[in-house]
Amino acid sequence: MLNRPVFRITLGIAALVLAAVLVNACRTTGSAGLADGDAAQRVYVPPGQHDEFYAFMSGGFSGNLTVHGLPSGRLLKTVPVFSQFPENGWGYSEETKNMLMTSHGFVPWDDAHHPELSMTDGVPDGRWIFINGNNTPRVARIDLTTFETDEILEIPNSAGNHGSPFITPNSEYLVASTRFSVPVPQQDVSIDSYKQNFKGTLSFIRADRPGEMDVAFQILVPGYNYDLAHAGKGPSDGWMFFTSYNSEEANTLLEINASQNDKDFIAAVNWRRAEECVAGGAARTMPARYAHNHFDEAHIARHELKTEVTVLEPSDCPNLVYFLPTPKSPHGVDVDPTGEYIVAGGKLATVIPVHSFRKMIDAIENERFETVVDGIPVLQYEAIIAGEVENPGLGPLHTEFDGNGYAYTTAFISSEIVKWSLETFEVVDRIPVYYSVGHLMIPGGDSRRPWGKYLVALNKITKDRYLPTGPELAHAAQLIDISGDKMRLLLDFPTMGEPHYAQAIAADVIKDRQVKMYQLSENKNPYAVKGEGETRVERNGNEVHVYMSTIRSHFAPDNIEGIKVGDTVYFHVTNLEQDWDVPHGFAVLGANNAELLIMPGQTRTLVWKPERVGVFPFYCTDFCSALHQEMQGYVRVSPAGSDVPLAYGTGGTLTTASR
Amino acid sequence: MTEVAIMPTRALLLALLLIASAGLAACGGAEPEAAAPAAATSPDNPGGLTDAQLEHGIGPVSAMTLEAEIDAALAAQGEAVFNMKCAACHKMDQRYVGPPLGDVLTRRSPAYVMNMMLNPEEMLQKHPAARELLAQYMTPMPNQTLTHDEARAILEFLRTQQPAATPAP
Ligand code: HEC
Ligand SMILES: [Cu+2]
Repeated sequence: MLNRPVFRITLGIAALVLAAVLVNACRTTGSAGLADGDAAQRVYVPPGQHDEFYAFMSGGFSGNLTVHGLPSGRLLKTVPVFSQFPENGWGYSEETKNMLMTSHGFVPWDDAHHPELSMTDGVPDGRWIFINGNNTPRVARIDLTTFETDEILEIPNSAGNHGSPFITPNSEYLVASTRFSVPVPQQDVSIDSYKQNFKGTLSFIRADRPGEMDVAFQILVPGYNYDLAHAGKGPSDGWMFFTSYNSEEANTLLEINASQNDKDFIAAVNWRRAEECVAGGAARTMPARYAHNHFDEAHIARHELKTEVTVLEPSDCPNLVYFLPTPKSPHGVDVDPTGEYIVAGGKLATVIPVHSFRKMIDAIENERFETVVDGIPVLQYEAIIAGEVENPGLGPLHTEFDGNGYAYTTAFISSEIVKWSLETFEVVDRIPVYYSVGHLMIPGGDSRRPWGKYLVALNKITKDRYLPTGPELAHAAQLIDISGDKMRLLLDFPTMGEPHYAQAIAADVIKDRQVKMYQLSENKNPYAVKGEGETRVERNGNEVHVYMSTIRSHFAPDNIEGIKVGDTVYFHVTNLEQDWDVPHGFAVLGANNAELLIMPGQTRTLVWKPERVGVFPFYCTDFCSALHQEMQGYVRVSPAGSDVPLAYGTGGTLTTASR
Repeated sequence: MTEVAIMPTRALLLALLLIASAGLAACGGAEPEAAAPAAATSPDNPGGLTDAQLEHGIGPVSAMTLEAEIDAALAAQGEAVFNMKCAACHKMDQRYVGPPLGDVLTRRSPAYVMNMMLNPEEMLQKHPAARELLAQYMTPMPNQTLTHDEARAILEFLRTQQPAATPAP
């Protein structure tokens, strides 16, 4: 009784405080005063509310993709792509491990650089996001209704798949250009026969047919290093632009030897012309070995090795490729929203060269060629250049666009972003970033219709930006407001791995399409159980298959006997839940792989090879309910040759296995 | 005594809500939160449910009358869904994770059972009978995302399991 009045007084004070807060909120929101510099307010997403954008950040050498909300910078999810991921068993479970197969066998790691959203009519459409694996050349497709990697294709005749996976305006193709030129086909030759034997490839991959990603054709090009790419759009739709450096064709100490020429090249490829040449029989097929992995209708990863690839030589297909001379070891190549300007980031250049698509077409028609290299005409620089942006900062790398007539370019060496006008080619604003910015990202900033509100700087060096965490630091990203005339720094946030590049899309485009669970009745996994009544254990020689179910808060079966040392035990676990956000986990003592995380309605399989006699526990790893700590079971392992019968059960006497 | 102590607190709470909603409205911000139901409360019925809600549960289904004849085909469909989505927790004749359902229709109205299947979260939050079972079983009955037709089929199957459906030996 005594504490009642106290409670009442507390409530009274709370009411006053709340009123004051609300009045205060009134004064600030909507009034002009706040617009000046209250960065915290601009990135604050109140509890329970959603961000405005999904940002997809490459995980760099973690091989993953991370999903952040903008403007808050909150980490929403890590999507494993090229890497095994013990958090959910990706690449460990029987259903997923084939995704990481390559022509080199199982490769559970890669260096993931460039996320690329699928597009319709030059605008991100939110169906899929693609990302490249650099080291063992691959591209992956991630479904944006499940945020899960669905398909991975290896790229033959490529090495260092850096220039990838840039997409055409209607997702017809994504490209993969090889950073390292290599002997094509591979052969045992001396490295200093580079000029004679090494070739580059520009691959075009069919992207708009889920489950059927394939190399449509590869164009064989001189042995330079191919770096990045972007598709034309609008008037330049049908063209793809690739940067190259090392036109010196150096094979050692590239730092010096590949920085000799005044200009290297952007390769402009007319891919519609390539389609014609391939259809007309100008291409040849070449033996090759590369993997294609994708989920089948049972949601099990299938792995196949392909054995040939279609190759097109520019000399067999006139008017296919032109070189645009570009100073100096260009890195990024970015096409503005109108499709007219092709902007290069010459990392050693003192200006940003901007090529004109219209002028390029004129130069081709009037044959304004400087020279011809390996059958590829080199256009005259003066004939194609629209302008040069002076004073762009040191080490310009990448450009994105706001859709309002401005371009934003990163300067790596001087650690800044410069904003310049696409009309005057003059710098209008600059802002320091911390430190050594590589890519930058504006939501939709490489598309026909950018959401020009925010810009994210993806920095390579962190130093003192956060509380120090030993020698290894999370990379820094910075969110910059670009809605006004002046860029304004709003937020620093740490990222996972190396967030090399990122893309973002308005949340509305994808948030209502999310799969919340899998329909149990549609589960086609051959080892699924559709109800606890179907749970059982079967032996087939040394293989034991446990058909197990989970539901809050028990496994069926949860007692298993008759397993022997030397057996290979498959735990096929089906989650019988049919509600959103109720995964169950499965972990067994001594498992040499990982745990499983099983989504509602899904089946996932873990292999366990018991090597010791004893009774071993298993349990649910995902805190699922008040009785989660009760969600457990035991497996009894007997010596090889023992005659303990195979038996199983839950909550009663054990049933002896029928076989 | 308790009633008296609680009333002023409720009044304060209400004032708080009013201030909050007035403040928000003045900003042109979000809709004010709905105020708590005004109905009188009692220990048996803390949520202040209507008699119909007490009898038929809370959810998409209101009082229903069933055909006298059991539809065997529908019941067979219901059995299949039950085996897939419910049997992991319910048996007919004994306590398992949840209560036995072999006599549930002697305890509950058909609509109540439908609402328990289709809207368990709210039932467990608000309905005293469901809350009482939760206190006993300690596991919240999950939403298995049934369609209305699936729930109806399960109801038909449950009818075949009731003591009245199988004449006592
Ligand atoms: C994870 C276990 C679980 C699953 C699966 C489950 N239930 Fe329940 N059910 C319970 C529990 C436990 C209760 C008791 C109330 C509580 O604790 O939530 C309950 C209560 C009920 C009741 C009310 C019984 C009464 O006497 O009032 C009905 C009816 C019911 N369940 C039907 C179903 C049907 C039909 C399904 C399948 C669609 C199902 N349940 C799936 C655990 C489960
Ligand atoms: Cu669990």
